[in-house]
Amino acid sequence: MIELDIRKRLHTAGGDMNLQLQLDIADGALLTLYGPSGAGKTSTLRLLAGLMKPDNGTITVDGETWFDSGKKIDLAPQRRQIGYVFQDYALFPNMTVRQNLEFAGKKDQDKKMVSELIEIMELGELQGRKPATLSGGQQQRVALARALVQRPRILLLDEPLAALDIKIRLKLQDHILSAHREYGLTTILISHDIGEIVRLSDRVCMLAEGQITRQGTPSEIFINRRISGKFKFTGEVIRIEQQEVVYIVTVLIQNSMVKVIAQDSEVEGLQVGDQVMVASKAFNPIIYKIE
Amino acid sequence: MIDWKPLILTFELAVVTTAILLLVSIPLAYWLVASRSRLKPVIETLVSMPLVLPPTVLGFYFLVAFSPGNAFGSWLNEWLGIKLVFSFTGLVIASVLYSLPFMVHPIQSGLSGLPPSLTEAAYVMGKSTFTTLLKVQLPNIKASLLTGIVLAFAHTIGEFGVVLMIGGNIPGKTKVASIAIYDEVEALNYGVANVYSLILFCLTFFILLTVYLVNGGYLKRFWK
Repeated sequence: MIELDIRKRLHTAGGDMNLQLQLDIADGALLTLYGPSGAGKTSTLRLLAGLMKPDNGTITVDGETWFDSGKKIDLAPQRRQIGYVFQDYALFPNMTVRQNLEFAGKKDQDKKMVSELIEIMELGELQGRKPATLSGGQQQRVALARALVQRPRILLLDEPLAALDIKIRLKLQDHILSAHREYGLTTILISHDIGEIVRLSDRVCMLAEGQITRQGTPSEIFINRRISGKFKFTGEVIRIEQQEVVYIVTVLIQNSMVKVIAQDSEVEGLQVGDQVMVASKAFNPIIYKIE
Repeated sequence: MIDWKPLILTFELAVVTTAILLLVSIPLAYWLVASRSRLKPVIETLVSMPLVLPPTVLGFYFLVAFSPGNAFGSWLNEWLGIKLVFSFTGLVIASVLYSLPFMVHPIQSGLSGLPPSLTEAAYVMGKSTFTTLLKVQLPNIKASLLTGIVLAFAHTIGEFGVVLMIGGNIPGKTKVASIAIYDEVEALNYGVANVYSLILFCLTFFILLTVYLVNGGYLKRFWK
């Protein structure tokens, strides 16, 4: 059981922000932190790992106090036994894949674990190579394996799959899930990908401007919101053109540009840069598999 | 035949100075990168001072401070039996301070250029700051270390003002090559001066060339 109750003033690019968290995480849970960038997700992981110090509050893990501003307790990151996968993977460039894993271990007893992880993560052929020669997905696998060498109780994953393409993502999601179950971990994941969140996590915590705005299971948060037989997407207006009697509005929805025909009355008051919602009845959509 | 003593002395001085500088500069650069102390700008300034200060200023103050006629100098002499003025030890101390920025700056910029996640990853793995420095940070700034070592070495070879002030010009003891050249020119022995100069010129050229070759990756293909 992880009990977080902390406050921290953060200086972000968009000005100062108060991170205020009150969060209980059950043993063995796989929790996802979800929210816009700058909401305090990475800071939450760093506070838990001891890489950042809360202004005040308490962090308790399995009844053991890791941080208590009142009692001036602040357990060093070295003693928190956390597995952390950094956004940039943080593999040591001077060491080979195997050496990276071995460095994470403490004594000889971890040697067996290293060999086991190399096998589970399918790193056998890569073990003699330096990180700079690996692809993103391979580096990610090494980082995940390395985080598990010291058998942590808690695994923190900071957007581990963000930079990878869809096929490798699916494979790594399997790796994360199997490691999570195999080693009985409590895992906290940062992700922006709703499909990934629904697939992996059993709880979601939505953060916005340093506050927890919603908490629940992924389906409570993302799926059962409103089943209405409609497609609904939010996006940003990129361009408004008049053509004959109608207007063509170009909207950026995530990474795709969509052109929508609009009437005079709809365009009125609409400007480039506005956030809009594009909706459509979805009785007869085309569905096909993406390879 | 020329007298080789000044050249040998120069290299002895450069080797000893560089070795001491390496030991001193790593912790100092580490502190400069990690510290948020209010003293930091002051220390940074002091480290950089030899870059702009005339060497004679430094030499003059050393001479005054180390002189047995002064409290500090006589204390050293009486209690530790060390005489720093006009001695090799004095030359080494003065050279260490004089070449300090050439060693500290490359290491400092090397350390601060490493992604912070590397050290954080090591801390989370339970590694101490010392282990992390030794096994993660230093091996990943080899180019900076090499630059520091070579610049400090070359700069020590090139000293003149400081060594003249603090060392005097004692043959076989404190008369280094750069001073010997000046002496020979004064005595109108242009031939000898030319030999010394040519040796120093070629040597520093090849030392610096090595750095640029190694750090520019030109030698990689021979190592692989």
